[in-house]
Amino acid sequence: MNQMEGNILLGHGSGGKMMHDLIDTVFIRHFSNSILNDQADSAILNTGSSEIAFTTDSFVIDPLFFPGGDIGKLAVCGTVNDLAVTGAEPLFLSVSFIIEEGFPLKELAVIAESLASEAKKAGVLVVTGDTKVVNKGKCDKLFINTSGVGRIRRKNLHISRAMNIIPGDVVIINGMIGDHGMAVLNARESFNFRTTIVSDCTSLNQLISSVLEKYEVKFMRDPTRGGVATVLNELAGKTGFGIEIEESVLPVRSSVKAMCELLGFDPLHVANEGKVLIIAPGESASGIIGALREHESGKDCAVIGRIVNDHHGKVVLKNQTGGRRIIDSLSGDQLPRIC
Amino acid sequence: MKYVDEYREKELILSVADELKRISKKEITIMEVCGGHTMAIHRFGLNSLLPPNIHLVSGPGCPVCVSSQQFIDLALAYSRLQGVIITTYGDLVRVPGSSASLEKERAEGSDIRIIYSVLEAIEIARNNPEKKIIFLGIGFETTAPATAAAIMKAKQEHVSNFFVFSAHKIMPPVMEALVREGLKIDGFIAPGHVTAITGTSIYNDLVSVYGLGVVVSGFEPADIMQSVLMLTNQIEKGSPEVKVQYHRVVSHNGNMTARKMLNRVFENRDDQWRGLGLIPSSGLGIIEELSSFDAEKQFDIRVPRSTEPNGCICGQILRGLKTPPECRLFAKKCTPSDPVGACMVSGEGTCATYYKYRS
Amino acid sequence: MCLAIPAKVISVDGKSAKVTIEDVEYTASLLLLDDVKPGDYIMLHAGFAIEKVDPDEAAETLRLLNEIGRNSHF
Repeated sequence: MNQMEGNILLGHGSGGKMMHDLIDTVFIRHFSNSILNDQADSAILNTGSSEIAFTTDSFVIDPLFFPGGDIGKLAVCGTVNDLAVTGAEPLFLSVSFIIEEGFPLKELAVIAESLASEAKKAGVLVVTGDTKVVNKGKCDKLFINTSGVGRIRRKNLHISRAMNIIPGDVVIINGMIGDHGMAVLNARESFNFRTTIVSDCTSLNQLISSVLEKYEVKFMRDPTRGGVATVLNELAGKTGFGIEIEESVLPVRSSVKAMCELLGFDPLHVANEGKVLIIAPGESASGIIGALREHESGKDCAVIGRIVNDHHGKVVLKNQTGGRRIIDSLSGDQLPRIC
Repeated sequence: MKYVDEYREKELILSVADELKRISKKEITIMEVCGGHTMAIHRFGLNSLLPPNIHLVSGPGCPVCVSSQQFIDLALAYSRLQGVIITTYGDLVRVPGSSASLEKERAEGSDIRIIYSVLEAIEIARNNPEKKIIFLGIGFETTAPATAAAIMKAKQEHVSNFFVFSAHKIMPPVMEALVREGLKIDGFIAPGHVTAITGTSIYNDLVSVYGLGVVVSGFEPADIMQSVLMLTNQIEKGSPEVKVQYHRVVSHNGNMTARKMLNRVFENRDDQWRGLGLIPSSGLGIIEELSSFDAEKQFDIRVPRSTEPNGCICGQILRGLKTPPECRLFAKKCTPSDPVGACMVSGEGTCATYYKYRS
Repeated sequence: MCLAIPAKVISVDGKSAKVTIEDVEYTASLLLLDDVKPGDYIMLHAGFAIEKVDPDEAAETLRLLNEIGRNSHF
């Protein structure tokens, strides 16, 4: 970003490089502290006798209802997952609604029910909240913010810090990538593709705790906006190592693959809402895969790559065709191409 | 996916790579002139599979990269008009004009919508009778027939609030212009989908006048590798020809129905290419009879003549004369998230690709 | 201008065709292509069928590619 000129663009919210630049130059600059600067999915707070994890997320998705979910369900999954990937056990949520004047009560009720149902499924309690109504035109139908608090055990404190990662560690994903982004795109745009693609949005805390119970995990993150590529780039940057991934083992649904080919998208850059990337020692890989497969949200898991002592700071994809290329972080939103 | 996956088989691609290493002796430079080819070469890492004496350069074949700054400026001016909805393919949204891009303009409140098919623009026009819907027509001979079909459909169905702002261009003039200027290449990989429409005769002069071989290529990695092999064979033997690799889609006569549609609506005109200047008879304009659908005729707006941004050497890069690191804006003022020139705008433009691989 | 994908024709209705790519369905325009029948494969570009895919030529290309592999072992 060049100085404090210009306006915010949609790209600043898309989870990639533009957003990170914005956070660094506008936010971190003003309220930097050692906890915040970690920029982990949840902040780990020491209360003296124990550690708690604390996170917040806002949901501004359009459309509000999409195949596989709605903004209410997403508002729970997003925050629960941010806690779970830091190794915390999610316990309590706050929910704040900002509602546009004129929004149908019926829809609000459906969304509230969705939210409640997902919270119940995830085993978290909504304990406090807030409601605001703004004049028509001042917000796009409905925005929801959820903040979450969870308990984190000492032995899992290292997970969000990415500090013990070494070459040879493997990269595992719990299932198919690109479902959420493509489901939402199809619901939102006028393109008229008819697909069975459904958002993968789901709470992952039970899946993750079953892995953490038995196996060593070095790092986890959920690849939401910006996709798998953006998380891996952040990790490569943070650790200074390279990351190599294999295209032939990337789990991608054939309909998502088809949509990506049609529009010129890269599944590695498409948002997910029910996925976790796990970095683990090679020896734990088969055990973790076994544990993941026991769950619906882990049945398509795969080892997709590894940390390497090469092309430092960069993520390289080995193509199914035998070539190699660098995978970058997302820069702004992906746009459908004709060229 | 059928007719796709078979041409991505590792063994096939590597065996062509081996054959290339075996037969290729000379130092040769091949130019491809299609954004789709540039993308595929990058995506499948084909450059790393070629022997070191074969150089692939990207030419001005991406409609994004060559849309003139003036076109963007005028599109932006249209978008600022009351009651106008701009409809566009996604490729164009980040292309910079002299002061803004469509993306930035959308942030200021203009109604700019990304569509997949031009026919969606007609639907939008029907659903918003009080608004004026302007479609930004970019693309070469592959895409222009669709725009032509849309105009004819709008005419037949009396959709009078649908307009097209054409920046459509055609391939052969720019290929010949580059060669006439002294472009040092040994042959062309020609765009398969453009040729599926036009047929192969459009490349005849390149062979007969300039002695350059042309192979019409598909877009899968095995297609491109086979095309490079066919062209290398020609160059090694000194026997330039127009040949088709992409037989499953391209016929020598092309698609007559699509061409008829094209000729029903468009005529050739001189056109500005970003970085390359004016190339005679290289663009497509809507004929007078259909001027009620021509945005340039229906909206009386002028924008100042725009000049290429200071320091931008896209023109020389598009010609293969300079490389991005030789541009003083490269990676400093001109980056993928804040592009100045055409070559950085497109995700796989020469500069964007170099940027990815820098340091 | 180049991004086109092979799609299978499921049904034809005047100047439109229902096509599928894997299990993604789309109604493509046939304004630029004649003589399209169910079972044909077309190249879908920006919502339009711009050409048919010739299965014999497709097979021939693969045959030639496979032959390159065999020949270069000599």
